[in-house]
This record gives sequence, C-alpha cells and structure tokens, in this order.
Amino acid sequence: MSLDMFLQHCFNALTLGSLYALIAIGYTMVYGILRLINFAHGDILMVGAYFVFFGTFAFGWPWGIAAIMAIAGASLLGVVMERVAYRPLRDAPRISALISAIAVSFFIESLAVVVFTGQPRPVLQPEWLVSEWQVWGGVRILRLTAFVPAMTAVLVGILLYIVYRTKPGLAMRAISKDIETTRLLGVRVDNIIAFTFCIGSALAAASGIMWALRYPQVHPYMGIMPGLKAFIAAVFGGIGSIQGAVIGGVALGFVEIMTVAFMPELSGYRDAFAFVLLVLVLLFKPTGLLGERMEEKI
Amino acid sequence: MRLNRGAILNIAAMFLLGCLLWQAESFLGDYQIYIGKLIFINIILALSLNLIYGFTGLFSLGHAGFIAVGAYVSALCILAPEQKEMMWILEPIIWPFSELFTPFWASVLAGGVAAAIFAFFIAVPVLRLGDDYLGIATLGFAEIIRVLIVNATAVTNGSLGIKGIPSHATLLACYGWALFTLIVLARLVFSNFGNVLRCIRDNEIAASVMGINVFRYKVLSFCIGAFFAGVGGALLGSHLSTIDPKMFNFLLTFNVLMFVVAGGLGSLTGSILGATVITILLEWLRAIEEPMNLGFVELPGIPGMRMVVFSLVLLAIILYRREGIMGTRELTWTRIFAFLRRHKA
Repeated sequence: MSLDMFLQHCFNALTLGSLYALIAIGYTMVYGILRLINFAHGDILMVGAYFVFFGTFAFGWPWGIAAIMAIAGASLLGVVMERVAYRPLRDAPRISALISAIAVSFFIESLAVVVFTGQPRPVLQPEWLVSEWQVWGGVRILRLTAFVPAMTAVLVGILLYIVYRTKPGLAMRAISKDIETTRLLGVRVDNIIAFTFCIGSALAAASGIMWALRYPQVHPYMGIMPGLKAFIAAVFGGIGSIQGAVIGGVALGFVEIMTVAFMPELSGYRDAFAFVLLVLVLLFKPTGLLGERMEEKI
Repeated sequence: MRLNRGAILNIAAMFLLGCLLWQAESFLGDYQIYIGKLIFINIILALSLNLIYGFTGLFSLGHAGFIAVGAYVSALCILAPEQKEMMWILEPIIWPFSELFTPFWASVLAGGVAAAIFAFFIAVPVLRLGDDYLGIATLGFAEIIRVLIVNATAVTNGSLGIKGIPSHATLLACYGWALFTLIVLARLVFSNFGNVLRCIRDNEIAASVMGINVFRYKVLSFCIGAFFAGVGGALLGSHLSTIDPKMFNFLLTFNVLMFVVAGGLGSLTGSILGATVITILLEWLRAIEEPMNLGFVELPGIPGMRMVVFSLVLLAIILYRREGIMGTRELTWTRIFAFLRRHKA
C-alpha cells in the first residue's frame, strides 16, 4: 500500500471516527448521569438527518439553515423523550428504564416508517462540500472529509467548555457522582437531566446530518448500526467520560477502515468488528480506557 | 410424581386441548391454523427467554441469535441432499451438511442442541458482566451470529437464505413441542434448581455467600434457555418454510422480550398468556394497515402503523403496569378455584 493510499484511508477513518465520537458523547453523558443505555439515541440521529432532508427538499431552505433547525428539532425530541419515557421510571429498576428505551427506539423507527415511508431517499449535498481538495502530493479528498473532523472538534470544544466551565456543567458532573446529594444541594436535577438529553441529542443530530452527507441517503433504520457502534465506542473509551467517548469513537473508526483497507477479504465481516472489540474490552478492561472503576455497594 | 387435584386437572386440560387441536385442522381455516402455530412457537420462545431473564435475571438481548442458529441447523438437517445441491448457487454446500438428512424431530432437537452449544461458548465470557452490559454484549453476539450467517455462504447459502423447508410443523406438532418446553421448564423452575436461580436473580452476592456456584448456574440456565430458543427457531423455520438472515434481527428479540414483559417476568403462565395475547393482537392490528370503510368516510390504510401501536403498547406496559399481566405469580388450579369460590359466595 502506497503512502498516499494510506493517508487517504487515515482521513476516511478520522471522518468515520468523528461521526462515531459525536454519537458516543450522547451515550456516555446519559449513562454517566442516569446509568441508562439510551437505546433511542441512534434514532435521534436518523430524525436529525430526515429533518435536514425535508428542510432542503420540501421547504427549500439553504443547507445551513436546515441543519440548524434540524439540530434544534432533534434536541427538542430528546427532551420530550426523557420527559415521557424515562422520568417516570427514575426510581424503577434500571432494566425497566432500558426496556422503556428500547420501546421508544422502536416507536421512533416505526413512526418514521409511517411518516417518511420506508424507502431510502437521496440527500442533497451542498456543492462546496463535495468538491475535491488536494491536500498534499497525490492525496486527494473531498472537502467533506476534512469538514467532518473539523466540525467535530469545534462541537467537542463547545461541549467541554459547557461541562467544565459553566454552572449547568458543574451540576451535571455532580449528578454523575451522586444524584441524591446533588438534589439536596438545591440543584434542579430534573432540569439538568433534560439539559443533558438536549445536548446529547443535538450532537447526535449533528452527527446524523453529516452521516447523511457522507453516505448520501436517509432511511428510517439508518440510526441503528451507528448507534450501537457508537455505544461500543463509548464503552471502549470508558463510559461516563467525554474524552473517552471521543477517543473511543476515533479508535473505532480507525479499526473499521484500516482492517478493511489491509485485509479486503474481511470486508463482509465489517459490522462484526465493533462487537468483537466490545467483547474484548468488556473481558479485559471493563472500565474502558478512561473510565472510573465503579465500586459495587452491598 | 404425586397426583393431586391440580396435576390431574393439568393433565386432563392438556389432553383435551390436544384432542381439540387434533380435530381442529378439519374445521379451522388456513389462516386460523397459521395463527395457532405461531402462538405455540411464540410461547416456546417466550418461555425460553423467561427462564433466562425472568427467573435468573440475566438480561439477554441475544435471543434472535439462538433462534437463528436453531432455525438454520434444523433446516440443514431436514432438507434432502438433492434439494440442497440445487439451492446453494453461490457456492456449493460443504461436506457434512450436504449429506445430512434426518427426520423432523431429530432436526428440531439438533437445532436446540446447536443453539445451546453456541450459548455455552458465548456464556463463558459474557456472563461475568452485569445487567445492561450483558444486554449489549449478548446483542453484539446475536449480531455477530447474523454476520457469520450472511458470510458463511458454503453452509448457510448467505443472504439468499434457505427456501422450501418441508412444513412438518403441524398444529399438533407445535403444540407438542410447546407442551414439552412447558413441562421441562416447570419441572426445573419449581425444583431446588429453580430456587437457586431465583436466589441469584434476587441477590447474587447473597447467593454466592451461601455457597452457590453462581457462574455455573447462570451458564446452565443460559444454555437451557438457548436450547428452547433453538427449538422454537427450528419450528419457526419449518412453519414459515423459508428463512433468511434478515429475519433474525433485533426486532425478533424485541418481540420475544415484549411477550415476556407483558406476561410477567418470572411467571410461566404469564409468558403463555403474554405470547398468546400479543400474537393475536399483532394479527388483529393488521386491520389498521388496510383501508377501512366506515360508511360515510373511507380511511386509507397506513402501512407500518402496526409497529407504532405495538411499541406504544410496550411503552404503556412498562410505564403503567411494570409487572405485566401476572407479575411473578402463576395461574394455578388452586388459584382459579379460590377465585371461583370467592365470587360464588
């Protein structure tokens, strides 16, 4: 494999990895706070992509406006979802909340099939994102391939600022340590949890929109696989840790692209890599790369 | 076995239902028989998941994988060698599978055993994990099994699937297998073995402190559950006469989970009720996908609406009646008689 080819693969891996990272952040934040795997997170991604599709096709909005509206719509959906399906189960056994999450996920998917129909639809790609760009020597990539990691870096920067430099961020970190004490300290826990869902959903929608640019079609089940893989990325990075989610997402992107690049005969098994990685991580380092060890209370 | 009133009544009820079903094929339509078979298969699947999740507390989302293994292995066993040679067009089928040709009951058992063997190899690494991690890991394994099925063309015919599986699964055969599942599981669950499983579910640490080999019991329960999932899968394949990898996605696991949750976790009769009610409900809901004529207005059919209602039902159950129809109680004759007496007085 030539150096040019290798660099090209690196760029592709970085793009895919950034998309996983953005989704993984939502999983890791919700899990850090509620100890809940938000199964419907992948479907938020799909809804975000569909909103852009309808914004550009049905209303004729420019792509940028449609993207912002879609992110707003998806965050609203995330908040509603938390309010309706998760908040009443806050004190229930954790598995009940998980089943509720699975039900919500199927609800969103089947509603999408009813409303948007099950047919995959092509997505409009803005001209300036799909033109080729010569990076260096023979390495030529689409502008999109550079745009996705850059956008991801900006979004993660904003997120880290919110989590580590603002009051709501402080409250979020407090809740993830101990929800009851935080409540006693006068924090409106429910609002902060809703805010967490809002941020997570916004990032998932951003990822979904860029996903739809890179693999230019939308369909109601497009969120399932990226969602599951991003969850695996979050576990790999150490669930509950935002930096871990980013590292895990990028690492998963590299694993998938590079294994197929170096061993093309394995490409049929591509979807299985992530799960093999998951099993290995859970067996040898269940806390992930950056996760904290959670002591079991008796 | 001591025969008390309950046991005698149970045997009588089973026998009566068997006779009824034996005669049923002559007066029921094809569609009713189709639903009937589906109900019995779903009961088997629900019971098997209930053993793993309801009684042992292992949150497994890998059921579709075991069902797939059962369905594929039994289909490979039951198809005639000539048929297989014709169907595998992408790649010729490899040796041991090309010659296999067994009767129906043996193929169903083989499906179950194969699923149990798969489950054993999955169980040893993943059962060290707790609740939701276990769920994701088993879901991952089910997905890996599906990817393997798509890619192992020389054994499974890849994404083309297997067609023309002889439909030996008659109504009576499905009933028989469901009965077999129920009896085995009831004997297991209401024995000391069952007490151990419930103990592990309720407090794993207490169980291990009392000297129970928790891991061993978990693996056993997981493998027995997977065995019956494989049996259910074998019957499902024979019932539908065609299987392909797309069938065994997460939606299938979700359906089975729904039967169990609706019926009540940790209740065998609950699983039976849950599977029956929801299977009928799902068929009945097909009506809303067809155009409806209300006399004054014509409502267009909405394809896919069934699943929307279905997921809302599950959401409502988990939000408003978390314990399902039966909770952890069982529907027994003693209970029925007590109920009748109370209402007579």
